[in-house]
This record gives sequence, structure tokens and C-alpha cells, in this order.
Amino acid sequence: MATAAQTSPTSHPAPRGTCPFAPPPAYEQARHDEPISRVGLYDGASCWLITRHEDVRAVLADNRFSSDPENPGFPFLTEASRQLLTVKPTFIRLDDPEHGRLRRMLTGDFTMRRTASLRPEIQRITDELIDRMTDGRHQADLVNDFALPLPSLVICLLLGVPYQDHDFFQECSRTLLHRGSTTEEVVDANARLTEYIDALTASKRDNPDDGILSRLVARGELEIEDIGAMGRLLLIAGHETTANMTALSILALLRNPEQLAHLRAHPEATPAAVEELLRYLSIVQNGLVRVAVEDAEIGGTTIRAGEGVILQVNTANWDDDRYPGADTLDLTRDTRHHLAFGFGVHQCLGQPLARLELEIALETLLRRLPELRLAVPFEDVPFRSDMLIYGVHELQVAW
Amino acid sequence: MTAAPPTRPGDLAKEGTVTVTVDQDRCCGAGQCVRNAPEVFDQREEDGVVLLLDARPPAELRSAVEDAVASCPAGAIRVTDS
Ligand code: HEM
Ligand code: SF4
Repeated sequence: MATAAQTSPTSHPAPRGTCPFAPPPAYEQARHDEPISRVGLYDGASCWLITRHEDVRAVLADNRFSSDPENPGFPFLTEASRQLLTVKPTFIRLDDPEHGRLRRMLTGDFTMRRTASLRPEIQRITDELIDRMTDGRHQADLVNDFALPLPSLVICLLLGVPYQDHDFFQECSRTLLHRGSTTEEVVDANARLTEYIDALTASKRDNPDDGILSRLVARGELEIEDIGAMGRLLLIAGHETTANMTALSILALLRNPEQLAHLRAHPEATPAAVEELLRYLSIVQNGLVRVAVEDAEIGGTTIRAGEGVILQVNTANWDDDRYPGADTLDLTRDTRHHLAFGFGVHQCLGQPLARLELEIALETLLRRLPELRLAVPFEDVPFRSDMLIYGVHELQVAW
Repeated sequence: MTAAPPTRPGDLAKEGTVTVTVDQDRCCGAGQCVRNAPEVFDQREEDGVVLLLDARPPAELRSAVEDAVASCPAGAIRVTDS
């Protein structure tokens, strides 16, 4: 594995160091030495890398920075994200007022109260998955048997995917996220899912229910394909993130036995533990991207209109100025203002749901599996270093 | 053009009551205010936009309200000493 000495902060993404939970050493170094610095991208372009908590938060709250890749200078982190330009974007890649107009069609579905009302259903799904995983067995891959299906089934519930289609839906979304999938398989799964969501949306015209797709159809303000794009955004934004947070959180707890013991002794502290795990793990590992549409001074550096920025969420959440001893997992620390869900008007729409799913998943797993432990040496756990969202590809656990 | 900087705890006197105002046009419905101070804020049922339940919350809710202000991603909440 790379160490700080071998890497410089001049490329994005940079490799992780010896601790698989820590942000890349080169970026940690950059936060100390040159918190706003230049980095080179995969395509030869370059942009600003912003690493401190205060500066990341300032840019995300500043509407002189745009989320719209149509603006010249927008930084692309991968070829795949550039290709997506050809797809009609929905609100995550639009600016206000259009962003706000579309986002507000969904905010009612993600209020604190609406989300809290899903608790019994999410608990039931969680218990069923654990029943199935433990049935006659004492070892399983927690990713495949628990962490991936949980958010997938919750999104089925929200979108109004009928029960008989759950397996199809799960199989497609699993192919999209599985590292062993070939490019053709991914393209094919994406196409089948797009087709499925569009057809499902159209079917809600004649068979309305109380799911999100049906309500968007009933509003009559959007074309079917725009509703389908929102449905896919909810799936993509809510599935891979929550799944990886679940599995990585369990791994981090197993590696920090005194923290795990604290949580087992205080299950009522699970919501606070979730916040610290969100901060510590900061799974959106390649950061958030924006482009300046006006000149702006950030932390003493002038960023010119047309220059791109990468907001490195993981180094910001490991900023000692904000979180003393940030490199240790401390479930009792003050985690306020962590940036795991971003900040500003694009701050994660699904955060109340993500928090609830994580709370229920962790509390239930620890309660029902008191002997939960790793079934392979820690060194053999395959980390998702190569993916946009960090996590583990597989997590063999025993109980 | 810039969203106004959040009010920081130190910007206000240490004790006493505050007056709260919200800007519904700015709100992006993230619900941080309700998480931090459910006695003071709510969200509209249909679109999640912030609703002010108590514009002059009692002094003991002061720090919860300040957390809500600092957590609001859209800079949609203001407090002043009163
Ligand atoms: C632990 C789990 C999650 C993490 C870490 C996470 C993280 C994030 C982050 C960092 C952003 C900001 C993107 C930006 O500023 O460019 C975001 C946006 C978003 N997230 Fe999440 N998310 C999670 C779960 C979910 C869930 C469960 C849903 C919904 C089912 C969801 C839906 C969205 C949507 C729709 C946006 C776009 C919001 C906008 O552009 O206004 N996320 N998420
Ligand atoms: S925290 Fe701010 S943006 Fe979120 S609901 Fe409250 S007022 Fe609106």
C-alpha cells in the first residue's frame, strides 16, 4: 500500500495509506500544508482541491459555485461521469431555481415525520433479512445478505415497486454495484432498470398507490421520463451509500472493541453512534464537485470563474480544528456539522431515511447477534478503494 | 449572491431569549431545524418547507435554536437577541 512519502497531492484520486479507514495521506498532508491546492484529474485537466472543514462548508453554502456540468470548467472525476452529461440531468446536477423546483416535489416524502412513520416497516424488513441470513448458518457475507438488500427493499417501498418485482429490482441494482460485473452487464442492468422504472411510472396513471412515483404522476407537472429520472436518482443515491455505510460501520465497530462494547451497553446511543460513524467513515470518498461561476475568495485563495473545485469531504470531517483527535472513532464525541451528507441546498435529501435505516440496522444486528465477529483476517477484507463510494466489497462475518 | 454566513453561537449574547425568523423561499427541506429543535420548528406536510412553531422560544431552548441555525444548509433561519 502507498504511504504519504510515495504520493503527492497532485493527482485525484490519491491512494489510501496503511489505515483503510483514513483518508488518503496525501490529502491529509495537503490539509496541513496547503489546504486549497491544485490537483490533476484523470483526463489531464486540473482543478482546486479543498480539504479543510471550514472551507468545504463555505463553498457548499455559496451559490457562486455551480453543480451543473454544462458550465465550462466543471471538473469530471471519471470518464463515466463525463458520459452522464449526455443524459438529461435531474436536480442533483442542476442549480436553483430549477433544482429547488424539482427537489421540492420530493421533500415532503423525506421530512422527519414522514420518515419516522416508516420505522415499523424498516424494522420488519431488517428482521426478515436477519432471519434469512442466520437460518441454519453461522457465517455469511454481510454485504450480500444484509447491507445491500436492506436499502434496496426500502426504496421499493418508497417508490411503490410491487412485491413480485422485488427480486428483479434487487438483481438489477446488485449488478450495478457488484465489482465482478462486466461493463456489458452494467450497461444492460442499467437499461433494464431504466425501462422498468419508466414502465412502472406509466402504470401508476391507471393504478395509483401512495408511493412517490404515483404521487409525482398525479401532480401532472412532469413527463414520465423526468419522473423516471428522479426514481433512478433515489435508487442510486440511496442504495449504494446506505449499503456501504452499514457494512463499513459494522467493520469499524469490530475493529474498535471498546467502542463496540460501549454501544452494546448503550443501545439508546445508536443515533449518536451513527453520526460519528458517518463522520469517521465519510464514504463519499472522492468528494463533491462544483465549478465557480463568479470569482470567489475562499480561505484566502481566489477561485476564478470557470475553475473547478473538489470538496474533499473525508479530510474535512477529519479536520482536527473541528474534531479534536479526529482520527479516532469516538462514539460519544460532538459530531455537529459533519459534512458526510454535504451542506448547502444540495445537502442529502434522503438523510433522515439514511439515519433511520442505519440506526435500525446497527441496533438490530448488535442485539440479535451478540457474538458477531469477523470470519476472515482483517487484512483480507476487500475495500472498495476503486469505487466512488467507499466501503467493502464483501464482509464475511460469523456469530 | 453568497448565502449569508450562519449565525455562530458567539455572535449572540450568552443568555436570554431570542427572536427567530425563517425564510421559506430559501429552505431546501433538509429538516436539520426539526432535528435540533422540534419544539421550535416543523416541516410543512406537502413539501417539507420549514414552519415556525415558536418565534420567541424560551431561554432554555436557546442553544438548540442556535444549533438549528448553524446546521441549516440553506441559511434559511435567523435569530436575534430579544
Ligand atoms: C449514508 C447514506 C448516504 C450518504 C452518505 C449520502 C450522501 C449524500 C451527499 C454527500 C449528497 C450531496 C451531493 C452534492 O452536494 O453534490 C447527497 C445528495 C443526495 N442524496 Fe444522499 N446520501 C445517503 C443516503 C441517501 C438516501 C437513503 C437517499 C434517498 C433515498 C438519498 C438521496 C439523495 C438525493 C436525492 C440527493 C440530491 C440532493 C440535491 O441535489 O438536492 N441519499 N447525498
Ligand atoms: S434546516 Fe433549513 S433548509 Fe432544512 S428544513 Fe429547516 S429551515 Fe429548511
